[in-house]
Amino acid sequence: MNPSLTMATATRVLQQVRHDRRTLVLLMVVPCVLMGLLAWIYQNTPVFDAIGAPLLGLFPFLIMFLVTSIATLRERQSGTLERLLTMPLGKADLVGGYAVAFGLLATVQALIASGFALLVLGLDVAGPAWLLILVAVVDCLLGTALGLFLSAFAATEFQAVQFLPAFVLPQFLLCGLLVPRDQLPDVLYWISSVLPLSYAVDAMHTITVDPNGTADVLGDVAIVLGFVIALVALGAATLRRRTP
Amino acid sequence: MTCRYGHQVARHSAGATPAIRIDGLRVVRGGRTVIPGLSLAVPRGQLVGLLGPSACGKTTLMRSVVGVQQIAGGTVEVLGRPAGSQALRRRVGYLTQDPSIYLDLTIAENIRYFAAVIGVPRKGLDAEVARVLGLVDLTEDASSRAQNLSGGQVSRVSLAAALVGAPELLVLDEPTVGLDPVLRRDLWAIFRRLSAEGVTLVVSSHVMDEAARCDRLLLMRAGTMLADDTLPGVLAATGADDAEQAFLILVDRAAAVGTAGDPRGPGDPRGPGDPPGPSAEPSPPQGASA
Repeated sequence: MNPSLTMATATRVLQQVRHDRRTLVLLMVVPCVLMGLLAWIYQNTPVFDAIGAPLLGLFPFLIMFLVTSIATLRERQSGTLERLLTMPLGKADLVGGYAVAFGLLATVQALIASGFALLVLGLDVAGPAWLLILVAVVDCLLGTALGLFLSAFAATEFQAVQFLPAFVLPQFLLCGLLVPRDQLPDVLYWISSVLPLSYAVDAMHTITVDPNGTADVLGDVAIVLGFVIALVALGAATLRRRTP
Repeated sequence: MTCRYGHQVARHSAGATPAIRIDGLRVVRGGRTVIPGLSLAVPRGQLVGLLGPSACGKTTLMRSVVGVQQIAGGTVEVLGRPAGSQALRRRVGYLTQDPSIYLDLTIAENIRYFAAVIGVPRKGLDAEVARVLGLVDLTEDASSRAQNLSGGQVSRVSLAAALVGAPELLVLDEPTVGLDPVLRRDLWAIFRRLSAEGVTLVVSSHVMDEAARCDRLLLMRAGTMLADDTLPGVLAATGADDAEQAFLILVDRAAAVGTAGDPRGPGDPRGPGDPPGPSAEPSPPQGASA
């Protein structure tokens, strides 16, 4: 891994996004719109405060997952990946460059969405605001890392798009948002314990209800970051220079 | 020649090891043998034309040379090292058959990125972008987005990206396809100049009239070499008037040998006995004569 090549790749990916204004606007505005919609449909009830934080982690996670999967698939299909693999670019530089670029976008997106939820929509949580923002950023990074890893197994856009229902929606069902994880059947509880989104939502849930849960939340954050690093490393490891 | 990225040592030792040495290369794709066993050597500084119909294995052979093709057997050595090794990746330039650039970036942004990847120092990036865009005559369009360009311009951007860092070996897969005659002539002039500067070039084409512009011709069909000679050599051996006719004669001869004496049947153009035409032994390096 060569830091200057990783940064050159990250710069290139950000240049591509910068030329695509509509994508940039969608990335920054859509999570805010969804949170606003949520606050509106649950107006005058305590529900928004109860599920606002977990969904603040979830929406940007989904968006970054999709954007990252498609972006890396495009690299594969445009032939630029094949060209790059004949050049002195490490596999970790390529995947790392994507991770840095989309990680940066994810951070900005999470900052805007959580700022909007806290300041404009008046989202009220028990834990500190900085912790909420931190978890939102880490959840975005998780979406990016999962997209980077899974896109290696998609040969077409059709497959890549279906990875969302195939690999992300089961995590959503099991993450504790619909049924608290400790009330799940044993087998499902164990499965949910090895899925990263469970820890992301656990953290948001703790922030929602527990004013003294900072240590617990940081534990969950560490687990999610561990998944992020492992997924990015696996994404680099599964890239093959020689193809059939 | 400006050898600005530390290639002086390698260039001075030109001739010591061939640019490409392939021995018994076998490639299987999707259960089908695409290259059954191919041996070849290309000395440094030669401009080699790799000609043959589509699906004859040209791209597979080129991918093997740049080290992105999974091979089933044999060895491929480039500039004295196994194909695809780390040290070769800044010494070999590869142009893929379909243009491989980022259509959502400008021309300059594309070239700048590939130059950074090849290891051009940050301070030299602007000069390198200007140099290669000058070579393919795209200087004035440097700030245009690639998706707004014509097909021919996109091909030239892709070629420019293969030229960054002044590689010692250029592997160009159909660089002139779809270009107008003036542009094709200009590109061949560039290839000729690079060759005179000591760069080795392997240029594929399915347009037989490009044969006249090469030092040496490799006529390929069904993963085997039908001929490996200069254009005058191929014409003399076949009695043909031009490369296309020569190619057709060689195909017919190979088919005749295949059906007559080869138990593997007509699908394989070369029987186990005498190979038709010149064998795949390397011919001596040709000067820029003709």
